[in-house]
Amino acid sequence: MSFTERAHHSLRDSQLRRNLAKATSTIRAKTARVSAELPDWEALRDAGRAIKRETLAELDRHLVALEESVTRAGGVVHWAADAAEARRIIVDLAKAHGARQVIKIKSMTTDEVELNPALEAAGIRPYETDLADMIVQMAHEKPSHLLVPAIHKNRAEIAALFRNEMGEPELSDRPAELTRAARAYLRERFLETPVAISGANFAVAETGSVVVVESEGNGRMCLTLPKVLISIMGIEKVLPKWEHLEVFLQLLPRASTGERMNPYTSIWTGTRAHEHQAEDGPREFHLVLLDNGRSKILADEVARATLHCIRCSRCLNVCPVYQRAGGHAYDSMYQGPIGAIVTPQIKGLDEAGSLPFASSLCGACQEACPVRIPIPEILVHLRGQVVRRSQAGLGALGGEALAMRAAKAMFEHPALMGAALAAGRVLQAPMARDGRIERLPWPLDGWSLGRDFPALPKQSFRDWWKTRKAGP
Amino acid sequence: MRVSLFITCFNDALFPQTGQAVVTVLERLGCAVEFRQAQSCCGQMHANSGYPREAVDLVRRFAAVFEDAEAIVAPATSCVAMIRGQYPRLARLAGDPDLERRLEALIPRLFEFTEFLTDRLEVEDVGAYYPHRVTYHASCNSLRALKLGDRALRLLRAVRGLELVELTRPQECCGFGGTFAVKNAETSTAMLADKLRDVLDTGAEVCTAGDNSCLMHIGGGLSRQRTGVRTVHLAEILACTDTVGRAP
Repeated sequence: MSFTERAHHSLRDSQLRRNLAKATSTIRAKTARVSAELPDWEALRDAGRAIKRETLAELDRHLVALEESVTRAGGVVHWAADAAEARRIIVDLAKAHGARQVIKIKSMTTDEVELNPALEAAGIRPYETDLADMIVQMAHEKPSHLLVPAIHKNRAEIAALFRNEMGEPELSDRPAELTRAARAYLRERFLETPVAISGANFAVAETGSVVVVESEGNGRMCLTLPKVLISIMGIEKVLPKWEHLEVFLQLLPRASTGERMNPYTSIWTGTRAHEHQAEDGPREFHLVLLDNGRSKILADEVARATLHCIRCSRCLNVCPVYQRAGGHAYDSMYQGPIGAIVTPQIKGLDEAGSLPFASSLCGACQEACPVRIPIPEILVHLRGQVVRRSQAGLGALGGEALAMRAAKAMFEHPALMGAALAAGRVLQAPMARDGRIERLPWPLDGWSLGRDFPALPKQSFRDWWKTRKAGP
Repeated sequence: MRVSLFITCFNDALFPQTGQAVVTVLERLGCAVEFRQAQSCCGQMHANSGYPREAVDLVRRFAAVFEDAEAIVAPATSCVAMIRGQYPRLARLAGDPDLERRLEALIPRLFEFTEFLTDRLEVEDVGAYYPHRVTYHASCNSLRALKLGDRALRLLRAVRGLELVELTRPQECCGFGGTFAVKNAETSTAMLADKLRDVLDTGAEVCTAGDNSCLMHIGGGLSRQRTGVRTVHLAEILACTDTVGRAP
């Protein structure tokens, strides 16, 4: 199914439209306010982009440095070339510890590699512990927003879900009660589960420290209570130096949740045996470094900036397409404008080739992006790849390719254009009334969904100019 | 000053009255306007739809036609944004350093219509009279690509008789987006629905903008719903005086 087909369904969901409009406008106002209050916000954005650029230019070196630091601190680093390898590494680790269940926090990367089905197939039950991830998992749905995965649900819907899934038939939809129920449910999981799986927002090569930022404290539980911690991160998340966190720990909360400082920032280095954290953290720590198409993105000069993304989700909140079609229309753990460029590059154009076209190129995403990713330019670049692939096959004979060639011929030969306009004036006669056309023929019929089209005027500008006397 | 009008293909075929209005305003302000018949489309549709190679030929054509022009003025924000933002990259893609160099010399002489009035001619009051309640839609390209700021609003505020009422969400896209409006017609229409609500809430009788592509979209919705609100390009408002009633 394409974006267009999925949006066809989501656009009709009035509850979804209302939830999304309300949630995104609230968060948009908040992020705008707290980013504007920093006098050096624009300089911070420049710094963020520069650090990402420089890091990516020598990514191989920084990753090896990270491996060395993590190993020195008592951790084990695993390299996963693709999703299958990442799944195998993590499932094998969990099995080796005899785990029947694992707790999970903050990891879109595990969604990217489709870890949960693999764990379930191995008889290991994964529990999502981020509140919204837990809601989405209980509802057997998919996340619809990078940062607010259950943004498509309101509290009434969540209360109904909890009543069923937690066996609390008396639960009301008051936020405090819902939170209490979730807290009781999750505490049991934290205390009974010896293996945790997390994502990572950043990893510092020089120290081997891994960083997770979250708002609830459930992540802190996952990262500190279990004996074994397995973290998975895309290779682009590495930062060379500790001091680079200064930039990103300012950019990320202000751009994502609209907070000045993130509520829970967990940073750990290796295992608890490591000298700096004798009493805290896991006894065993594994870091899985995932490529899964990222090297290929890095090799593409135009699309490379895709890897700057810090997953703040600000582009979703400002995107007029996302706000209306919703996250599920993107059919990916990465939604919105950033999803429309990340997903086709990871999943491939066959599966996700409709996504680069899911944009009016309004530019709101680029304007909002804390690390200045030129998303519209990359969208257009990917559109070119989709067209080239289709032209290599039968697509070269398709309606669009032919129409584009015909249009170009007209643009290059004004006489042809004049003839086409003359023909258009004749052909439109049965359709045009009072200067407007209510039903355009295929393939332009989509226009007529809710819009009239202006009828061609009797005279083009260039013809008028020929008849006009010279000006004053 | 001698001004070469880049009408853009869209205005040429569908909105000749906009081009006529630009000529009226520029001549009123003392410019000598010329129109080069060899001009064509800027290539935006091809470039943005994934046909960059086809667009390159149109880039070459633009460079050849306007090479020696003193100043080029276009009443279309998205076409100007295409030329400024994408032409250098397309020339690089074509591996044509000569074209790149020629564009570098040419592009600074290209102006969007309101930009030409406020920055080059340094006028805000063009002597227009337009006794209507008007709201202004800032195209995405005027806001984010060309960063035109309040130039259009300054011009509109100087029009005698005009009552300006502003939209509550002026930064939001109307949902046109070129082929997006057809390929993702439903999402595009959903975006338009909110824009129409904003326009109607102002109580304006006219919605104006610096780009007829947005106006064709917004106007198409206003017309379909028989709202009785019409769309008029900014240049057409500025062309009206109390003696020359051009109000459509």
